[in-house]
Amino acid sequence: MIGRGSIADRIDWVTVLLYLTLVFWGWFNIYAAVYDEEQAVSIFSLSTNSGKQLIWIGTSFLLILGVMMLDYKFYDSFGYVFYGLVILLLIAVLSTGTIVAGSKSWFQVGGFRLQPSEFTKFATALAIAKFLGTVNIKLDNTKNQLIAGGLIGLPIALIMLQGDLGSAMVFGAFVIVYFREGLSPMLFVAGFGVIVLFIVSLLVDQSIIYIAAGTIGLIVIGLSIKNYKRILLVIGVMVFVVGMVKSVDFIMTDVLKPHQRNRVVSLFNPDADPLGAGWNVTQSKIAIGSGGVFGKGFLNGTQTKFDFVPEQSTDFIFCTLGEEQGWVGSFILIALFSTLLLRISFIAERQKSRFARVYGYGVLAVLFFHFMVNIAMTIGLFPVIGIPLPFFSYGGSSLWSFTVLLFILLNLDAHRMQVLMH
Amino acid sequence: MNDSRKYIIRSLILIVAVVFTSKLFFIQVLDDSYTLAAESNIVQEIIEYPYRGLIFDRNKELLVYNDPSYDLMVVPKEVQNLDTTSFCLAFNLDKSEFEEKMLKAKRYSYIKPSQFIKQIQNEDFAIIQDQLIDFQGFYPKARTVRKYSHDGLANVFGYIGEISSSQLKRDTSNYYRSGDYMGITGIESSYEKQLRGRRGVKFKMVNVRGIEKGAFKDGSLDTLAIPGENITLSIDIELQHYAEKLMKGKIGSVVAIEPSTGEILAFVSSPSYDPNLFAGRNFSENYSTIANDSLQPLFNRPLMAMYPPGSIFKIIQGLIALEEGVLGPKEEIYCDNRLIADHAAPGYYDVQKAVKYSSNNFFVKVFKRVINRDAASDAKSQFRQAPIGLSRWRDMVSDFGLGSPLGIDLPNEGAGTVPGPEMYDQMYKGRGTWKFSNIFSLGIGQGEILMNPIQMANLAAIMANRGYYYIPHLAKGIGSTNYQDPRYKERKGIGISPEHFPVIINGMEEVVNSTAIRAKIPDISICGKTGTAQNPHGEDHSVFMAFAPKDNPQIAISVFVENAGWGGRAAATISGLLIEKHIRGHITRPWWEDFVLKGDFLY
Repeated sequence: MIGRGSIADRIDWVTVLLYLTLVFWGWFNIYAAVYDEEQAVSIFSLSTNSGKQLIWIGTSFLLILGVMMLDYKFYDSFGYVFYGLVILLLIAVLSTGTIVAGSKSWFQVGGFRLQPSEFTKFATALAIAKFLGTVNIKLDNTKNQLIAGGLIGLPIALIMLQGDLGSAMVFGAFVIVYFREGLSPMLFVAGFGVIVLFIVSLLVDQSIIYIAAGTIGLIVIGLSIKNYKRILLVIGVMVFVVGMVKSVDFIMTDVLKPHQRNRVVSLFNPDADPLGAGWNVTQSKIAIGSGGVFGKGFLNGTQTKFDFVPEQSTDFIFCTLGEEQGWVGSFILIALFSTLLLRISFIAERQKSRFARVYGYGVLAVLFFHFMVNIAMTIGLFPVIGIPLPFFSYGGSSLWSFTVLLFILLNLDAHRMQVLMH
Repeated sequence: MNDSRKYIIRSLILIVAVVFTSKLFFIQVLDDSYTLAAESNIVQEIIEYPYRGLIFDRNKELLVYNDPSYDLMVVPKEVQNLDTTSFCLAFNLDKSEFEEKMLKAKRYSYIKPSQFIKQIQNEDFAIIQDQLIDFQGFYPKARTVRKYSHDGLANVFGYIGEISSSQLKRDTSNYYRSGDYMGITGIESSYEKQLRGRRGVKFKMVNVRGIEKGAFKDGSLDTLAIPGENITLSIDIELQHYAEKLMKGKIGSVVAIEPSTGEILAFVSSPSYDPNLFAGRNFSENYSTIANDSLQPLFNRPLMAMYPPGSIFKIIQGLIALEEGVLGPKEEIYCDNRLIADHAAPGYYDVQKAVKYSSNNFFVKVFKRVINRDAASDAKSQFRQAPIGLSRWRDMVSDFGLGSPLGIDLPNEGAGTVPGPEMYDQMYKGRGTWKFSNIFSLGIGQGEILMNPIQMANLAAIMANRGYYYIPHLAKGIGSTNYQDPRYKERKGIGISPEHFPVIINGMEEVVNSTAIRAKIPDISICGKTGTAQNPHGEDHSVFMAFAPKDNPQIAISVFVENAGWGGRAAATISGLLIEKHIRGHITRPWWEDFVLKGDFLY
């Protein structure tokens, strides 16, 4: 029988190898990030983040065993249950959670802190997979589009209420899944237009946008006399532009917190808040930029250890790598991540069930978004939003959640042949 | 159906990877400005310490100023190829001192600068400045030290020192940082906020040797240091000097106040020390020497030393009796020596004569009237009345500024003691167990009542003003606007009608013709009162308080000389000399000066 035999024969060892490389390389970098020459404590010392991370890694391995031992059908059957549970947790954390760094997104259980938004990631991926895995669901009718949007929108709304904009944005990445499953590309073009308009409205005075949009609109209308449908479309777009510019203004002044606003503004205008958000990016870039081709060597970084770079072992862990291992190290890391993402795409495509394929792209979407935004913010290509580099950054909740996310896929993949048999 | 879309997604991943690697290639390999920024030019936040405010005397003579000095800072990680021998030679260290300092710096931090050598004087620094370039990892940091143009007034100025960790914790304003200097005591401490100014911050590009490479972002983020405000003291440095000279070799204090304003003209705590000893590098050595001196130069006697006031307290007793209506201004009482031993001869005394001759019996009798007031003569009602009368008396005495700190602008002001019924309840086990005969010695300023010299001087000011005072203070004006705390402009009444003053003041005027003849000055009418605080450990303490001239007084003074015997001798003589010096500008009776200077009252 195809695919029978021990799970060790059927698991995708390429992915496991990539996972282990990232986890342990990350662990070394966490040690380097918090390394203090004068104390020179061991990498295993529990007083440092590296020692604690080793505990997280060990417990992650236990989680892997658990995830792999569960029957693969379990994830399909309980897809919505998981989703419902984490949504309840997200609501609960709003009332009983602990505030850490301005966001009310943590449960405090004894000495441990748990962030339910982390576990929402694989639960949402499962729910989307469950939904799209249902026979004959297509994303070309409005009802299904609304349900698909709602599955993402609900956690986004709840996590934004916690004040954790960065984590909320992650769920936007699931549009990649919808794209793969047939959502109209026009929606992406429109979405891209909205993003461009958003950026422009941050940089340019409102009245200039109105004048420009009005001028272009009138020219298009002039060129399309007698094409009433197109004229209506142009008018619709112009109304949308005005609404968009107004709402950007609203979001910037009323929705975003000051530190988030500063980060958005400082991305486009680094001098706007040079001591706050801009300062961090500048220092982060100096740290990475000073790494050169081969880096300064393990534990020999100066910039990250000067406390110039904030959150050295979590969100800005890439600075340590960039500084100590240089361009070569950065290149290898990016290559590893890209390989992992492509491998996940490959795995997803070889699935026999739609559920497993959609879930695979869900994993890809989450990891891709984290990887892209995290690296981009440290090198000044994206605003600083506090999300970790998967498998690499220090932190128990995030390592656990990424591990579970990935290994559910490997479990499904290991049993892909059995799908056909029932 | 949508299978081709996987290629779009995969391309997206590759595009991001290519964008990242090329951006990284650009900033890590091609653009070396980041390397330069990290390795040789570090944007540093540099604290600009403002000049601490200067201190002047009332005639604008400069008393306290700043002298430049340098701290040598070290960043242990940057110390490389150090020639230890020549380093030690340059900074006059021996090898073990060097090792010890280096270890301390390393223990603090490898990468953060810490003080290696503190407060190198400007002249010394000029010599070693050129050599600094050879000592990687060391750089200078400009500071200032306090300098004093006169060797006196140490107990007024106080000193500045490094902020302690407990002070740092208590600093709710979050202004101070570890290593900052602040006023520890004296004027430096009470006007710390005004004197210190506000530090500025400069963001500079600095290379590892501390050499500036220019301002970061053209200085647009810098804030200027605001220099501290200057303070003009009410002290007259000439009078102060003279007072210090007269007090040399004696233990005690002198406080002179301008009665019309409450401004302190002279403030001597003797023995004292040279304030320059507490500025600069040798602070800790000098401090421990002075702190261990058996004569306690750090003890700020005018504020902290508590004495029974003795006979000068009779003035207060007289005024209270008159105000309470238990004594008429001309009423004569027969006094012999039966009640208590007395210097004054037996005979009839009215209050003026009683002040003049300092009759103990008169004031004990008067105090009995105040305490017992309405009581019948039987013992029972006297036991009942004593707490009521004493309580009322305490309230009136407290209005003279006794029993609680006056509120002078110096730290550590003592309160003194004005005993009330509670104290005797405790002493004699309960209410109704004590009566006037247990407390009669309060009537002549002995027993449980305690005053400090500033309260004595303030009493003289109250007499000079005929019934009110301003809280004695040292700061005449702060900053360019000559600001003064409004509480020092507030006239404080004492609850005694002005008509009761003349008889007492007349008595005080005659004191100078009897018990305090040594204070007498031709053409200046001095109103004073001697006192002798009994000292169980040796010769009695000598007290004199006075104001002058009688009309339109310009100075109120208290002089306290410990172990100098009867009040008329040392204290009255010093008071007379200081009053003449202040009013006339010079002295006319040098023989008294010789007497004071030669007198040895130090035990």
